[in-house]
This record gives sequence, structure tokens and C-alpha cells, in this order.
Amino acid sequence: MTWMDKPAVHHPALPRNALGLTRRDYEGEISTLCAGCGHDSISAALIQACFDLELPPHRIAKLSGIGCSAKTPTYFLGAAHGFNGVHGRMPSLATGAALANRDLVYVGISGDGDTASIGLGQFIHAIRRGVNLLYMVENNGTYGLTKGQFSATADVGSKSKGGEANPYAPIDLVRLAIDLGAGFVARGFSGDKEQLVPLLRAALTYPGFAYIDCLSPCVTFNNHEGSTKSYPYIREHEVGIADLVEPRAEITVSYAPGERREVQVHDGSRLALRKLAEDYDPGDRAAALDLLERHRKRGEIVTGLLYRDADGADLHRIMNTTETPLNALDFADLCPGAKALDKINARLR
Amino acid sequence: MRNTDIAKPDYFHKVVDCQWACPTHTNVPEYIRMIAAGRYTDAFMLNWYSNVFPGILGRTCDRPCEPACRRMRVEGEPVAICRLKRVAADLKDDIHQFIPEVPKKKNGKRIALIGAGPASLTVARDLLPLGYETVLFDQDAQGGGMMRTQIPAFRLPVGVLDEEVNLVLDMGVECRFGERIDSLKDLLADGFDAVFIGTGAPRGRDLDIPGRAEADANIHIGVDWLASIAFGHTTSVGKHVVVVGGGNTAMDCCRSALRLGGKEVYVTVRSGFEEMKAHPWEKEEALAEDLPILNWHNPHSFVTKNGRLTGMRFDKVRAEYTDGRRKLIPTGEQVELPCDDALLAIGQDAVFPWIEPELGIEIADNGLPVLDPVTFESTRPGVFFGGDAALGPDNIVSAAAHGHAAAISIDLYCRGKDLHGERLPPGLNLVSQKMGIHEWGYGNDYDEAKRVRVPHAKKSDALANIKVEVELGYDVERAIEESARCLNCDIQTVFTPKLCIECDACVDICPMDCINFTANGEEEELRARLRVPAADKAQDVYVDGPLPTGRIMAKDENLCLHCGLCAERCPTGAWDMQKSTIHLPQAGGVCWE
Ligand SMILES: Cc1cc2nc3c(=O)[nH]c(=O)nc-3n(C[C@H](O)[C@H](O)[C@H](O)COP(=O)(O)OP(=O)(O)OC[C@H]3O[C@@H](n4cnc5c(N)ncnc54)[C@H](O)[C@@H]3O)c2cc1C
Ligand SMILES: Cc1ncc(C[n+]2csc(CCOP(=O)(O)OP(=O)(O)O)c2C)c(N)n1
Ligand code: SF4
Ligand code: SF4
Ligand code: SF4
Ligand SMILES: [Mg+2]
Repeated sequence: MTWMDKPAVHHPALPRNALGLTRRDYEGEISTLCAGCGHDSISAALIQACFDLELPPHRIAKLSGIGCSAKTPTYFLGAAHGFNGVHGRMPSLATGAALANRDLVYVGISGDGDTASIGLGQFIHAIRRGVNLLYMVENNGTYGLTKGQFSATADVGSKSKGGEANPYAPIDLVRLAIDLGAGFVARGFSGDKEQLVPLLRAALTYPGFAYIDCLSPCVTFNNHEGSTKSYPYIREHEVGIADLVEPRAEITVSYAPGERREVQVHDGSRLALRKLAEDYDPGDRAAALDLLERHRKRGEIVTGLLYRDADGADLHRIMNTTETPLNALDFADLCPGAKALDKINARLR
Repeated sequence: MRNTDIAKPDYFHKVVDCQWACPTHTNVPEYIRMIAAGRYTDAFMLNWYSNVFPGILGRTCDRPCEPACRRMRVEGEPVAICRLKRVAADLKDDIHQFIPEVPKKKNGKRIALIGAGPASLTVARDLLPLGYETVLFDQDAQGGGMMRTQIPAFRLPVGVLDEEVNLVLDMGVECRFGERIDSLKDLLADGFDAVFIGTGAPRGRDLDIPGRAEADANIHIGVDWLASIAFGHTTSVGKHVVVVGGGNTAMDCCRSALRLGGKEVYVTVRSGFEEMKAHPWEKEEALAEDLPILNWHNPHSFVTKNGRLTGMRFDKVRAEYTDGRRKLIPTGEQVELPCDDALLAIGQDAVFPWIEPELGIEIADNGLPVLDPVTFESTRPGVFFGGDAALGPDNIVSAAAHGHAAAISIDLYCRGKDLHGERLPPGLNLVSQKMGIHEWGYGNDYDEAKRVRVPHAKKSDALANIKVEVELGYDVERAIEESARCLNCDIQTVFTPKLCIECDACVDICPMDCINFTANGEEEELRARLRVPAADKAQDVYVDGPLPTGRIMAKDENLCLHCGLCAERCPTGAWDMQKSTIHLPQAGGVCWE
């Protein structure tokens, strides 16, 4: 962490979006995480994505559980709503909040411990229900906050800082999410914002459950030789499959641009994809699972937009709730009285 | 782009905008930190080594450092570098023990210095500790040149001037005051080993318009008039005064006239207010004393009655631009101002009637000597120029800078060395400021304070007596507040590519979006695609790499706050904050720090 605050002064030529805000207006408190933590880069990417999308910060709600990852909502979008709950329970908070007010943009931040261990059941049910949120797992293969125990996403044989090898097979949350019917599934890497920021923009605007598994090295407890979640290991084994093209990408080429392909999505808009390793259709669930398996066998980590369902589930659609957010209904509409209740009860007899 | 060579002293020197812009390259951030720490004497000496006249300059410097100050680009107002210098001079202890020792045994070389202004005094100061004998000639009775004869006492008290001029003279200068040099040939015949000409640009320009001859008794050349005030010959002026000209001399003339009894004093300027040559702060001071500045007034004639000046007529003009060149077009309207005394402040020239043509000292068509721009040597070996005599009217700190350069040349010349080949290059020291995980050897926190105003004497007191200094200077509290605004531009961000793991922590934390990790490219193209395009070409982009992903680090130096957050957030120490000290050798290779 750093003792001094980040000065409020900014570059006079910093661009402003349609709301008149600069990217700096989307920041939060200064981070207390270890210097170099991948989680901080993800916060910066989220700040950039929300700025790009011109989201009014006060129309966003941030939800999280426990972990270094779960602390990060303090470090971005200082003007947004937020709720930091107990370990593994972020999905419950998100479900409740999304039910009560369908008009906010929900950002759920979790860790691999928070989601793949204590919160696994919660994760599964949030997908099943199709809660409309960005569900971000900042995946470092370890319990960072409690000082470096293996998490359930650690690979077999990956070494702890002390040198022991992990004996258990990992849970691949990306596969799980696709399998359970999540509408939008992607994997990113905190060290590659050119890929991550467009993924975040797409996820934030996806109408349904959008899952991003973002590899995010823990510099302090899991960035050593022998770890499969370190900066160098990820860089060596990462295979970009279907990156969304940054609108600016044509000019900001830090990687050689590949072939461009446009994909139609159901709201009529088009996603521009940068095809890298092979021809890939992110609308095909079986193909996605197959691809993941093939690369796993080769010891490679696939990143990019892996699956996007044009008609993903959404909790409010499933439940057929009213367009008006429930928290905006007046008392009479929300609680129609004993007679209405009797009618409902009668239906169930 | 090629990797930046940070070992070249100029690279980091340029990042210290103020020091780079200062003609004598005074180490500004270091003296500001000394002031903040209450080390006034050290701050004074650091200044004295490079600019020789800290108390004088702290009140009167043209301060080219301030428009260059990074703080200006960051938030609009520069650090009050100049007025902080004055604090060092005002609050210092006895400094005599720190003045370099002058050897009793001389080196046998005698140098003639003509004109006792800041240029010659600097040459003397630099050469005396090396054992040279210096003989200083001036037509006036005291040393100081225009610092004494031109700058009014309400801006520069005589006591301050005497103190700093004497500091040099007391090192053992042989003063031949009251002696005017009328023939350089005769002087050269005296067998000096080298001659330095620092005679300034003393001739004020005249204005040849109708009525000039008739009204002569009440038309004064501004510089001569100011000098006669300084000498005590002029103590009053008429009720109606018209000052002609828009430069700093005009400002000193009108403010002096106001103090000598002028009731209606007008400043008349041919150009508009913005284009005036006077510094903004000089104009501000005149306006604060309710002196009207009449722009677009082109002198037409002097009006006389019974052979006495009674007024001045002006054509009102407007500007018209063709191909960027300004032409003044009369509007047809004329204005007459009542005038008992007219003060002409329309420029000065250097004149050398006393330099015989056969001496081989070439004078160019513009009236100035032909000089080597580095050594300040004239076309006659062993004869050097500096100050206003060298490049035309400028300022004190430039005169001091010329003096340093000429002193190096004179020393090399007297030792029979090559004036170019054996000049020592500047040197650079880099020292890490890391004291702990979040502790640095400097105050890295950005202070949002606005520029602190300098308190002024009560207006009625100031206007009552020409000797009352208008500015009171900062007190300790104000000085500390203002010092905190300095960004410490000499504490450099130094990057070590082989340590970088490309985690982006520095990119994300940097408040000014300076840092980029990106593909390499040609400078123009690279500048255009940085996080915030690096549009200011005068400011360098620091490039180093390649990194593990093949990208490079590119940092736009322009708006860096030197806050050290990048170095604090870097997990590997790839960024470090290092103090750069630029060593600029003076005569004899002396380096002061
Ligand atoms: C009204 C006015 C206000 C100014 N205000 C400022 C200011 O606020 N800040 C600033 O930085 N600059 C100011 N300047 C400019 C500054 O004074 C000069 O740039 C500076 O003094 C030049 O120094 P110098 O060493 O070249 O010579 P000068 O200071 O001009 O000294 C030259 C000396 O040589 C002597 N001399 C000339 N010819 C002979 C000869 N033949 N024999 C013997 N002696 C001779 C003269 O008497 C004089 O003493 C001002 C100038 C004027 C006119
Ligand atoms: C109910 C409960 N059980 C256990 C803990 C202890 N605990 C705190 S954080 C954490 C794991 C965090 O790991 P992860 O979600 O991966 O977050 P990271 O710190 O790695 O970002 C655990 C087990 C807790 N706070 N609450
Ligand atoms: S901020 Fe300080 S060091 Fe930087 S240019 Fe200004 S005075 Fe000089
Ligand atoms: S010191 Fe570092 S963090 Fe601070 S402004 Fe400069 S580059 Fe940015
Ligand atoms: S913080 Fe350090 S290691 Fe990380 S990208 Fe910046 S320089 Fe490299
Ligand atoms: Mg974790």
C-alpha cells in the first residue's frame, strides 16, 4: 500500500466523456493491496471500461465478499453504491439487489477462494437464476488475504511459495459457468488491458449473467518459479482466442493485429473480434467446451470471449417481473392487500 | 525510438525545467528544499555559486525559470522561484566564511575588466580564487553598473546592492572607479594578459519628431534620467509627465516619476497591452500604483509654448497583420496629453566609439561585436565580451552567465589551452532517494496550495519616498508554504527495464498518465498514441526496453509530478526516484556542490 493519497490533479488534456467526466472521476480510494497485485490492474481496467461506456457512477452498484479481490470495490468507482458482505455471499447480495432495483448496473467482485470454495453453491445458483450482473473472479490460484494457501483453482503440481506441490485437481470456473448456462463467459489477464477492457465493456452491457475469469497474479504469495499463476507463466502459456477489438485498436497496436471478424448479436449490434489462434465461433457452447478441453490438454490457457449466448437467461425475464424496479413501486402496488393475497393463496390450494 | 541515454547530463537537466531555463543553471529545487528546511545560508551559497547576486536577483531577476516551471503546466501558476531566492538572502547568517579563499600568491596574470556591471563582477569572482589579478575600470564612482544606475531603489535597496557587489570586490579586485576607458588601444598597451569588456548597452534611444529640439530642456532619455536619480542629481519632476515606451524601463520611469512629484503620469505605448515588452509583473506593479497605460499611441510631436514643453501629441493607431508582420495604421484620431517632462524609454544600444577599428575587433552591422557564442571571445584573441555589451540589452542573470563562460575562456587562454577543446563538459550524479518502503529523501506529496502572494508596503508609504522598497518579501511561514509547491523536478524517475514484470501498477497509479507500455515506433507516431498524446515536443519522452512482452516503456516527462507513486507501487524496484545533480564546471574546472 501507499501512504500518500493519489493527487487529485490530472493531465489537463485528459479526455472527457459525454457526461463531462474524466477517467479519474471513476477512481476510488487509493489501493491498500500489495504493490504490483493483478487485482489493482483489474480495478484500473474497470475504471476505463465504465468511463468508456459513459456510465453514470451513481447508477452502478458494487458487491463483494471477502478477500483481497473483494476489497477492491473500495478502490474504484468511489461514487457508486457498494456492499461488502461476508465470505462467498456476494451472489446473494447481487440477487437481492438486482431483484429490488433492475435499473442499476451490478458489478460483483469475487476471488477464486470466495467463489470456488466457500461460495461455490452461491455461484452456481446465481448463474442458474440468470442474475443480470458482471461477475468477476480475480483468479490468482491462492487465498491472498490469508497469506497464500492453495485455492480450488490452483493447478495440480503448482508450487506454493514454500515449495510444496498442490495435490488436487483444479475447478475450472469458466467451464463450470458455460456448463451451467451462463450467457456470457470470458477469460482475461490482468496484465493485458487491451484485451480486458473491451471484454469488460461487453460484459457490463450484456443483458444477463456475464462471467469473467480474470487471471490476476498475486505478487506476494503466488508469483514465484513453479507457480502456474505467475506473470511469466501466464504470459508463456496464454493463447488468445477471440479478443474483442478495441475501437482504438487500429491505432494502438501493441500486438500485431490479426484478422478482423464481425459477429452479429441479438440486439442487432455487432461485436468485432480479433481472431488469433484459430477460427472460433463464440456462439457455440459445445465448441467452447471442446476448445477449453483441447487447450487444457496442451497445458495452455485460453483467453478472450469464449462464449456468448444471444438469448441468455435473465432473472427478471424468467420471473416475469414488472419493468418498473420493485423499489420504485408504491406501497399499494407492491403490497396489494389481504384480498389479493387470498386470491393467490386460493390459486395454490 | 532509441532508448534514452540518461547518462547524458543534459537529459535529466532538461527535466529540471527551471534550472535548464536559468541562464546560470541555478539548482532551484535544491535551494527551495534548503529554504523549506530553514537552511537559508546554504540556500544563499548555492545561489551565489551559480548566479553571484542572490539578494539582487531575488528582487529583480527577469526570472526565465518561472514561465518554464513545470508547476505552470500542471496548475497554471509557477513556483515563486525568484521571491524564494530573496528569502535565502534575507534570512541567511554571516556567509563570509564560505566565500572561496583567494590565494595570496598570484599566478602572474593580469586581467582588465571594463565596466563594473554584473558581467565583469562575475568574471572577477570566478578568476580571483585561481590567483588572477583583476583590474576593474568603470566611469562611475561605484561598482554595480546598471544594477545601481538604473534599477530604482524601491525595487532594489542600495544596501542589498552594496552587500553583494562588495562581496566580490572584497575578494581583492583592484578597483579603478571614476576612470573612463576612451581608447582600448591604450589599455591594451598596458600589457594585460586578457581583456573583458562588460560595458553594457548604455545609450538610450532618442525620438526625432517635431518639437524635439525646442523642448529639449524637458525631454529626458529614460536611462540617463534614472541614473541621475540614482546619483542624487534629479530629485523632482514636473506635474504632468509622459513616458514613451512599453518596456521595463518605461515602468521604472513612470513609477519613479510618481515618487518624485508627478501628479499625472501617463505611460504611452505604440502597441497593445499584451504585446508590451515589459514583464507582466512590472505592468501589474504600475497598474497597482494607478498609473494609466495608454496603448496604441504613436508619438506625433512635442507641443511647446514660449519654447517650453507643454504637451505631447499622439496618433492613435491600430494593428494590421500581413503574413504575421504587424503594421501600425493611423486611425486618423489624434490625442494631446499635457506634459511638463517627457521620458523616453524606447530602447538602448551598446556603443563602442572607444574601440579602435585597427584592433581587429569586428563589430557587426547591428552594432554588436562578432563573438564565438561559446567562448565569448571576439575576433581579436584575448579580448572577450559579456553582458549587454555582448548580445545587446538583456538582464542581470544573463550577464552573470556570460561572465562565467568568459572566465572559463580567459583561464584557458591564459594557460595556453584550447578554448573549445578543453572546456570541461557538465557532469551528472544520480543518487537514490529511497529511505524505506514509503519513505523518500524528499517531500514527495503533491501540495495543492496556490501561489503565495508577496506582501507589499503600504501604498502611501511606498509612494512617499523613492527609497522605500515596495515588496516586503516572504516571511518564514509564507516561504515554507510556497516552497512546498515545488515539484522537486530534480528527483528523477529512473527505470530499469530488466526488473519490470509489466504488472501495470505504475501505469495505473500515475496521476498524470505519464507512463506507457506499448509497442515501439518512430517518435512522432509514438507520441501521438500514448495514453495522453505527448503533444509538447519541447518535453522529452523517456524510452527504455525491450520488456518481456517485446514492448517498451515510454514516459512523457512533460507533466510528471515527481511524486514517486510509480516507484512506491512498483513491486520490483524497476522505478526508483533518484536525485540528479548537474555539475557545471566554472573557471579552473571548479564545481561547487
Ligand atoms: C531601467 C532598467 C531597469 C532594469 N531592470 C532590470 C531588472 O529588474 N532585472 C534585470 O535582470 N535586469 C534589469 N535591467 C537590465 C540590466 O541592468 C542589465 O542587463 C545588466 O546590468 C547588464 O549588465 P552588464 O554587466 O552587461 O553591464 P552594465 O550593468 O550595463 O554595466 C556596464 C558598466 O560599464 C560602464 N561603462 C560603460 N562604458 C564604459 C567605458 N567606456 N569606460 C568605463 N566604464 C564604462 C558603465 O558605467 C556601467 O557601470 C534593467 C535595465 C534598465 C535600463
Ligand atoms: C466464513 C469465513 N471463512 C474463512 C474466512 C477467511 N478467509 C478470508 S479471505 C479467504 C480467502 C480469500 O481468497 P480469495 O477469494 O481467492 O481472495 P484473494 O485474497 O486471493 O483475492 C478466507 C478463507 C473468512 N473471512 N470468512
Ligand atoms: S516545480 Fe520546482 S523544480 Fe520544477 S520547474 Fe518549478 S521550481 Fe523548478
Ligand atoms: S513520479 Fe511517477 S507516478 Fe508521479 S507523476 Fe511522475 S511518473 Fe507519475
Ligand atoms: S510497477 Fe514496476 S514492475 Fe510493474 S509495470 Fe511498472 S515498472 Fe514494471
Ligand atoms: Mg485468490
